[in-house]
Amino acid sequence: MATAAGELPKVAKGKKQEDVGQIPQWKLMVRRFSQSKLSVGALIVLGIMYTIMILSDFIAPYPHDVLDSNNAFAPPTQIVWGSEGPGIYGLKQELDMERFQWIYTPDTSVIYPIRFFVQGHEYSFLGLFPSRLHLFGVDAPPESNARIFLWGADKEGRDLFSRVLKGSQVSLTLGFFGVFLFVVIGSIVGTASGYFGGALDNLIQRLIELIRSFPDLPLYMALAAAVPLNVPITVRYFMITVVIAVIGWTGLAREVRGKVLAFRSADYTAAAMAAGASHWHIITHHLMPNAMSHIVVVGMLAIPGAIGLETALSFLGLGILPPAVSWGILLRDAQTVQAVVTYPWLLIPVALLIITVLAFNLLGDGVRDAVDPYA
Amino acid sequence: MLNFIARRLVNMFFLLIVVSFVGFWIIQLPPGSILDVQIQRLRMQGGNLPESMIQALRDRYGVDDPFYIQYWKWISRSLQGDFGTSFETDQKVAERIYNRLGISFGLSLTALLFTWLVAIPIGVYSATHRYSWPDYLITFVQFLGLSIPGFLLALILLITASRLWDQPIGGLFSPQYADAPWSLAKLWDFIRHVWIAIVVLAIGATAGLTRVMRANLLDVLNMQYIQTARAKGLKESTVIWKHAVRNAIHPLVMSLGTLLPALVVGETLIAIILSLPTIGPLYLDALRSQDMYLAGTILVMLSALLLVGNLIADLLLAWVDPRVRLE
Repeated sequence: MATAAGELPKVAKGKKQEDVGQIPQWKLMVRRFSQSKLSVGALIVLGIMYTIMILSDFIAPYPHDVLDSNNAFAPPTQIVWGSEGPGIYGLKQELDMERFQWIYTPDTSVIYPIRFFVQGHEYSFLGLFPSRLHLFGVDAPPESNARIFLWGADKEGRDLFSRVLKGSQVSLTLGFFGVFLFVVIGSIVGTASGYFGGALDNLIQRLIELIRSFPDLPLYMALAAAVPLNVPITVRYFMITVVIAVIGWTGLAREVRGKVLAFRSADYTAAAMAAGASHWHIITHHLMPNAMSHIVVVGMLAIPGAIGLETALSFLGLGILPPAVSWGILLRDAQTVQAVVTYPWLLIPVALLIITVLAFNLLGDGVRDAVDPYA
Repeated sequence: MLNFIARRLVNMFFLLIVVSFVGFWIIQLPPGSILDVQIQRLRMQGGNLPESMIQALRDRYGVDDPFYIQYWKWISRSLQGDFGTSFETDQKVAERIYNRLGISFGLSLTALLFTWLVAIPIGVYSATHRYSWPDYLITFVQFLGLSIPGFLLALILLITASRLWDQPIGGLFSPQYADAPWSLAKLWDFIRHVWIAIVVLAIGATAGLTRVMRANLLDVLNMQYIQTARAKGLKESTVIWKHAVRNAIHPLVMSLGTLLPALVVGETLIAIILSLPTIGPLYLDALRSQDMYLAGTILVMLSALLLVGNLIADLLLAWVDPRVRLE
């Protein structure tokens, strides 16, 4: 909209206008979306990340929660080429008495080969059936201390790569579901408020005003602190999702209400009413489809914020709690400068978080332009 | 205008009452209280604790009272400036908060100033030089600024700074200046400690505001009165700054209301990383140890700040934009 009409290349414009009304709207949207290279790239990146997340138990070589004091703060494993393809060395652990750190020296006498599609610890594939198959693993006897740490190990000797994969199951989904929930709540409440008006509208508006009188982050923190500590992880996951949704819906509800108020007084709504359409029919056939593009855009743009929020809450110790893993929990290990300078691989979850949030921002930007392909 | 302000103030007063009630209710939701923790601690130190003493403690903190009595005690005392005694340290809540609120406020206001000083010129430049490579660069940096959570940025900056030069880590002062009277050397030490916090606080807000400023100015620049101003032969700088920017600046003024409390609390995570003694970490501690009077007071105080911020923003808006005044 901000773009002046004269700046668009003439050919593209003519072609676009020709096609309006000729091809379906969704094709126009896809075409507009694919014009934004950054958004397409973001979509691909997110696609890869979510695929890896779904297959994370299969890809992770080790369980996320098995302690191994022989590999505390082990650095990312060096991969070498041996007679049987890629392999790794065993590690010898020594204590640096001066700086009080573990020092690891590779034992270069034997190369232990990396094998693909190996049998490892048992997990439940997609929660459907138990499996022991893993994408890769190292063929080495336990006493050799040859374990593959692609991204190093944390202070308990747990494989950071496996933990990041496990953590993505929370971090990539919780914000998503939180936003989904608040979009549903916000749309329903906003529509009801705008369509029926009167006392109901008044009540809802006062409620929204009340919730918005609290500053966001402190309220999130207070609500998250109110979630009981001793519940199973799945329950806690669900409740943190609800916390994110309970506060987030207010903004969307206001916007949807505004839209619905405008559409309600449109001629086609009046025509539908005169023709005897039910409230349900008017809402689902005349109001919702019009507000939908706006709702989708608001939802898309809210996802990165929700992902960041979950990370922040977990980082503060108010969100997901150990022994469960999320990226926020992994970041707790990286909160002191000393730790990060000595063990820089602890910052890998930071990089992933930034990539995810950046990708969602770019994707949301592209979707915002695409839902209005006529502009 | 006076009428408008009076109405807003009355409205705010009632809203604050409801907010304090709901806020206190949320804060006391989790079962148990910090008293349980304290009793356990006393037991560990002194072996057996007589039942009578526990009862005395329970009475003193009023943990057995029903919710509305607790609320009433707390709110009636608060109105007299007495926010109660923190469970954890036996210090007065007011004392603990005021100590830190000053620092939080100072940090946030500096960050706010910084944000505007940076966001407005950059936004204007970005809009007037659209589709030039500096504009693309600015856009890219904005996306990065919006995408990197503040506490991570604080960590990254801190590491970089401590590697590149002798960046002091943590706190507000170096040990030798902590109790020293204010002097130029101490001020310099303070600035060296605090700049990261201000930069990090400002960057997120700056990225957002620059974007808004750019979009708005682009809209305004298409208006006919800008064309008229140019046709009159006004200097380009006058056209931009006097005619265009003044009309594009509303969202920045409106964001003031939400920006202030957001900055005050936004530093929670940053303050933890940089170990700054501000209100955020205090609030987090209070929440985690279920110190409900302390946490409740902070939550309601921040809400009051938000409401006052919104009011100030509305007044400023009326001052900047005559059209709002007329309505």
